Amino acid sequence: MSERNTIQSESRPKWNWWYLILAIQGLAVIWPPLYNRAEPSWIGIPFFYWYQLLWVILGAVLTAVVYFATDHEHR
Amino acid sequence: MAEINWIALIIFVVLFAFITYLGFAAAHWRKGDLDQLHEWGLGGRRFGTIVTWFLVGGDLYTAYTFIAVPALAFGAGAIAFFAVPYTIIIYPILFLAFPRLWYVCHKHNYITPADFVRGRFDNRWLALAVTITGIVATMPYIALQLVGIQVVIGAMGISGTGYAADLPLVIAFVILAAFTYSSGLRAPASIAIVKDILIYATAFAAVIVVPMEMGGFGKIFAAVPPAKLLLAVPGANTTGSYSVYATLALGSALALFLYPHSITGILSASSGHAIRRNAAMLPGYSFMLGLLALVGFFAIAAGVGTAPEYAAGFKQFGNNFAVPALFLHSFPSWFVGIAFAAIGIGALVPAAIMSIAAANLYTRNIHREFINRNPTDKEEAQMAKWVSLIVKLGALIFILFVPTQFAIYLQLLGGILIIQTLPSVLIGVYTRWFNGWALLFGWAGGTAVGIWMFLAANWTPNYPLPFAGYTFPGYTALYTVILNLVIAIVLTPLFNAMSGKPVDATATTDYHA
Repeated sequence: MSERNTIQSESRPKWNWWYLILAIQGLAVIWPPLYNRAEPSWIGIPFFYWYQLLWVILGAVLTAVVYFATDHEHR
Repeated sequence: MAEINWIALIIFVVLFAFITYLGFAAAHWRKGDLDQLHEWGLGGRRFGTIVTWFLVGGDLYTAYTFIAVPALAFGAGAIAFFAVPYTIIIYPILFLAFPRLWYVCHKHNYITPADFVRGRFDNRWLALAVTITGIVATMPYIALQLVGIQVVIGAMGISGTGYAADLPLVIAFVILAAFTYSSGLRAPASIAIVKDILIYATAFAAVIVVPMEMGGFGKIFAAVPPAKLLLAVPGANTTGSYSVYATLALGSALALFLYPHSITGILSASSGHAIRRNAAMLPGYSFMLGLLALVGFFAIAAGVGTAPEYAAGFKQFGNNFAVPALFLHSFPSWFVGIAFAAIGIGALVPAAIMSIAAANLYTRNIHREFINRNPTDKEEAQMAKWVSLIVKLGALIFILFVPTQFAIYLQLLGGILIIQTLPSVLIGVYTRWFNGWALLFGWAGGTAVGIWMFLAANWTPNYPLPFAGYTFPGYTALYTVILNLVIAIVLTPLFNAMSGKPVDATATTDYHA
């Protein structure tokens, strides 16, 4: 039984719900009215700019999380 | 222009000489038989996670990007920051779709996206369309890398009249052509490591040192005109700058990894793992690009645009002179040399990869498909080496004799063209539901309407799409690829009924480990 499962997972990798996390970073930045404002500013940088730069970092972290969560399937 | 900046120039030349040596020495790096196309043109598919990070980073975040994005911020303001959401949206696509492309290409020894399309849809004309689109979209991109070199050479005070004025650029290009010919993809891979270290040093110095000199970010942003600081709020019955920003980000992200040079970079990785890891690591470059976009605002605050000593530079290079002018204004000469070398060398890396990618396309998908069907490995690799020279020569002639603005227009159009290969390549790695002929018609429709919209919008990539009394200004690439998809979906059942389903050379199991 377990052997059969292995073979199946090798022949067709299934959709993994972890992948949905990857959508978050796109949704956070795709619609500019969400962040098109100056306040609250951070060390003098308007919100518009630091918000998007912050999402570069968060996006990388989320991608790393998904990588580690799904890595075993690709081994 | 101003006097020659000798200290900067000497450091620039020394670093350039070093990477020239590196480019030739690279032929012996992870040695392979350079008489085989996948060795010359893909580095033997042997680059691990770290080298791939440097190579793809150097490939995608080009010298032109580092000049043009801050220049756009300097000239147009907040809209330039679309480069940030653009690079945020790219990486989930890279993470999910492109390991699949890597596996299938590795399995079947595909070297170009058109190789894959040929095998997947069994349609040589669709593969030809993908090939020609790739080459046409890449050529002006190579030419624009030269603009990056031109700007920094000019900024160091080197000027001349007639042919002498172009001599430094020609020398840089001869060096580039020679090491690409002899070492193939190994050359830009090794040079990328040096270039990226220089670029990171420059970017972080710029965002730390310059704000300190100017009294903090608060003062810098206070000097930026309010109209440039944020996106303009749209008026009635239009989505205005909001939809422009969003569609530019999304459309550019969808297009980026369809460029032949992006795919060349990805296919040279040693495993699908290396690609997945890079989707989490490459945002390091995005962060730097975002910081460099802010440098455009530093240039506004420093007032370099009105300073008399930079007037000649702005006159010659337009807003593209903003970043070099700011560096000259803020850095000591020795660091100007490092920063300019970073930009100059940064132009060589993508230019080399782009010319290799175009050469691979011609060799595999035009010459082998239509002219000589059974070349030996050696003939095939030799052909690619020659074509890489011709491609670069074409780019050089283009930049010397055609106005720069025209290369910029063609590069903007290039994004609209390359995205038309999305249904065949990007969706193709998931499904072969589409009929190859239907995809070809979709490609033709998207391309034709895309060019028309580009011209109708006065040679700009944003078209004000009217719909139900509203106007949706947005990136033509995104609008036309939707049209392309609709055509392909509608025509697929029709062509399947007419000609039956062609053979798929790939199997479901070829798309993963």
